[in-house]
Amino acid sequence: MNDNRMERRQFIKLTGKAAALASVFGGGSYILSQNIYSPKHQAAAIYKGDRSPDIDTDFPDLISLRSKDHAAAALEAIGLLGGISRFIARGDIVTIKPNIGWDRSPAQGANTNPDLVRAVALACLDAGAAKVMVTDVPCNDSRRTFRRSGIDDALKGTGVEVLLPEEHLFVNADLGGEILGEWPVLKPFLENDKLINMPIIKQHGLSKITAGMKNWYGVLGGPRNRLHQEINRSIADLADYFRPTLIIADATRVLTRNGPAGGSQTDVETHDIVIASANQVAVDSYACRFLNLDPQTIEYIKQGEARGLGRIDGYSVQERI
Amino acid sequence: MFLVLIYLTEFSFTTFKSPDETIKPSSWLNLFYNIDPLSGFAAGISSGLLYGSLALGLIIIVATIFFGRFFCGWICPMGTLNQLLSSFSSERESRQGARLIRANKYHRYQAWKYYILFGLLALAVFGSVQTGLFDPITLAARSIGMVVIPALNSALTAVAMTLSNSSIKILTWLGTGIFAAASGTLIYFKQPHFHGIFWLALIFGAVMLSNRVFTRFWCRGLCPLGAFLGLISRYSIFGLYKIHNKCTDCGLCLLNCQGGDDPHGNVAHRRSECHLCLNCVAVCPEDVLSFGFQFDPADYNPKPDLTTRRTVLASLAGLTVMPILRSGVIAANNRSFIRPPGSLIEDDFLERCIRCGQCMKICPTNALQPALLETGFEGIFSPLLMPRIGYCEHYCTLCGEICPTGSILKLETDTKFGSSGTTPTKIGTAFFDKGRCLPWGSGVTCIVCEEWCPTSPKAIWLEEAEIIDRDGNRSKIKLPHLDPDKCTGCGACEYACPVSGQPGIYITSAGETRDPNRSLLLRKRK
Repeated sequence: MNDNRMERRQFIKLTGKAAALASVFGGGSYILSQNIYSPKHQAAAIYKGDRSPDIDTDFPDLISLRSKDHAAAALEAIGLLGGISRFIARGDIVTIKPNIGWDRSPAQGANTNPDLVRAVALACLDAGAAKVMVTDVPCNDSRRTFRRSGIDDALKGTGVEVLLPEEHLFVNADLGGEILGEWPVLKPFLENDKLINMPIIKQHGLSKITAGMKNWYGVLGGPRNRLHQEINRSIADLADYFRPTLIIADATRVLTRNGPAGGSQTDVETHDIVIASANQVAVDSYACRFLNLDPQTIEYIKQGEARGLGRIDGYSVQERI
Repeated sequence: MFLVLIYLTEFSFTTFKSPDETIKPSSWLNLFYNIDPLSGFAAGISSGLLYGSLALGLIIIVATIFFGRFFCGWICPMGTLNQLLSSFSSERESRQGARLIRANKYHRYQAWKYYILFGLLALAVFGSVQTGLFDPITLAARSIGMVVIPALNSALTAVAMTLSNSSIKILTWLGTGIFAAASGTLIYFKQPHFHGIFWLALIFGAVMLSNRVFTRFWCRGLCPLGAFLGLISRYSIFGLYKIHNKCTDCGLCLLNCQGGDDPHGNVAHRRSECHLCLNCVAVCPEDVLSFGFQFDPADYNPKPDLTTRRTVLASLAGLTVMPILRSGVIAANNRSFIRPPGSLIEDDFLERCIRCGQCMKICPTNALQPALLETGFEGIFSPLLMPRIGYCEHYCTLCGEICPTGSILKLETDTKFGSSGTTPTKIGTAFFDKGRCLPWGSGVTCIVCEEWCPTSPKAIWLEEAEIIDRDGNRSKIKLPHLDPDKCTGCGACEYACPVSGQPGIYITSAGETRDPNRSLLLRKRK
C-alpha cells in the first residue's frame, strides 16, 4: 500500500476538520474585533437617574446635628427628615455612594466616615430594602481604598454588599448634559430603586469645595480627568442627572487644606456634625461654611441652582450645633 | 500538583487588618524563590551576603547531596511544564520507537547548561546577577505571571463580556456566570498589562515547544539550575543501581527517560543528568534497575561531561561580557529611568535583582514593568516604574515586602513618605512640560496633577494668573507649579495628566534618594 495516498474518507475528515477550525478562528476573531472591551451601550431611557423623593413641606429641608456619636446623629437626622420610611420602601434596591476616593485612613479626612456609612446602610436594611450596595469608583487602587477607608470592615457581616468597581461592571449611559454625553457609569448607580449620596466635605483646588454634587464624579469610569476643564458645568450635569433620594453629608471632620486627597491630620478640623437633606444644592451651600466660603461665589452651586436643583438661600434648616 | 502551587504563587494575596496598618503580602508568594538555590547562590556571591529567606535554598542543596537532582524531577515548576509538554503523544516519527530511544540517550548538548552556568556565575562574581534570565524558577514565574495569566485574563474577559452583552438570555446568563465563577481567581480584579511581554512570550513559547522535538530540551541542555544541582549531585550517595548482565537492551527505560542520563544496561549511569523521576525503574521488565545507596564508583559516572578548556572559556566569556555591560553609556549619570521605591543604588541593585518579576506582579497600579533595553543590556527584565501605565501608590510598600533578594528594601510607611524627622524616599522628581500642560500651554483649566498629588503639603501648588486669549480677552486661570523639595516622584501627576501621549508633567529619576550623587537640590547642611 502506498502510504502517501490519501483515502477518500480521510480526505473528507481532514477537510471537515480544517473547515471547523477555520470557522472557530474566523468567528472568534470576528467577535474579538467587535471591540468587546468597551462597555455595552445602554440608552439613558432604560435608566433614569432621578431618585429624588416627593417634596414634603411638613419637614425641614436640611438637618444639621452635632454629636460625638456620629452614627446616632445620622439616624436622628433621618428621623427629623421624616424617618427612613419616607425614603426607603420595602423591597427597594438601594445604592449608597460614599466618597472612597483615596487610599487614606478615616482620621485623614479624605473618605466618608465608616460609622456613618454603616449606620445608614443598616437603617436601609431595617426599612426592608431587598438589597443595599455600597460602592464608589476611587482615584487610587480600589482594593486598597475600600480597606483603608474602614468602610469595607465596617460593613463586614452586615448583609450590605460592598462592590469593587471591576472593569466589566461599567455601562455606557447617555447623561444628556451640557458637557457629559455618553459616558461609562458603574452599573449600581443606574440599576437601583433608591440612591443615597454620602459625601465628605473637603477643600478642592479647582472647585474650592467638594461635597455632595462633586461626589458624583465617582460614579464615572473613563477619562474623567478631562472633566476638570469644565469642572463646574460637569458637576452640574452630573447632579442634574443623578438626583439622589437622600444625602447624608459627613462634616464630622473636614479637610481644609491639601484636598481632596489630604494626607496629614494637621489639615483636618473636627466638627462632629452630620448633615441630612434630600436637596443637593442645599447641602453643598450649607457645607460652604466649614471652609469659610460664600456659596454665592461657588460656580457649580450657582449652576445647580440655575438648573432648578435647589436654592442656595432660603431653604429651611433645623440645626443643633 | 505543582501547577496548583505555581498558580498560588502567581496571585497576589495580601493580608491587611486595620486601616492604619501596612498591607503585607502573603509569605507563600515567594515559596519558589526562597527554595531556589541558584538565585541565592548567585545573588550571594555578587553582593557578598546571603539575603534572609534565600537561605532556604540550602535545604535543597543538602537534600541534593543525598538524592541528586530530585528537585528537577519532583519540585521544579518549569520541569513539570516541560514534562507535560514532552509526554503528549506525538505523531512525529522522531518522537517514537527507535528514534526516541536514540534521542533519549546522553548527548553532548547536555553539557551546554554547565557552560551557561559558568558564564553566569563568572558574571555574578563581578557583580551582575544575570542568572535570573535563565533560572527556571524565575523564567517560569515571569512567563506565567506576565504572559500566560494576563493573556488568559484578557481572553476570558473577552468571552464573558461578549456573552453577557448578547441579546440571547441563556448566553447572557452564561457570561455573567463566568464572571461570577472566575472573578478573583482566573479573572483578575483588573486586566494587568506588561510592557514588551511579546519577547517574554517568545522565549517561553520556544522553551515549551522545544519539548516537542527533544524531551525536556531545556532541562537537559540549557537550565543553569539543573547544571548547578548536577554539579552537586556528584557527591550524592543515592543513585541508580544496575544489574548489567540481566539487561536485554529492550530500550523501555530509554523510551521513558526524562534526563537523558543513560539508564540502560552496560553503560555507566550519568548521575549528574538524572532527574530521579524513577520512570526507568517502573518500566524495566527484567528488574535490572533499582535505586538505592550506591558507593561503588565503578558503577556510575558522577562527573558531568566537561572539558577544562571549555569551562575556562565559558567563565572567561562571562568575565569579558561584564566590562562591556558596564562601559555602556546607560550606566553613566545620564539615565532617567525610575526604579521602585526602596531600590538599592544602581550597582548594588544589579548585584541582587534576579528578575523574578514579583514586584511587577504585586504592584497594585501595574506601575512596575519589565525593562527591555531601557536600563541597558544588564537590566533586561528588571523592574521599571512607568508612570503613564501606573503610579507609585503613596502608602504602598508591597514591592519591597515581596522582593526575595532585598534589591528593593522593605520600607516602613514613614520611611517611604517621610514623617517628622525622616525624609521621604524619593524615586524621582516631576517636571512640567509647559508647552503640553493645558493651563501653561493652551490656557485651558485643568489642575488634575494638583488634585492627585499625595504629599501634604502638596508638591504641586497653584498660582492664580491672568491670561489673555487671541482676541485680547482677559481671564483668570490656575497655573500649576512644582516644589521639588516636596515631590517624591511617585508619578501620580503624570499618570493622571489628561494630555495623552507625552504628558504635560513627567517624572525623571533626578533627585532620587537612593543615589547621593544624583540629588537635585543643594541644601545647607545645618
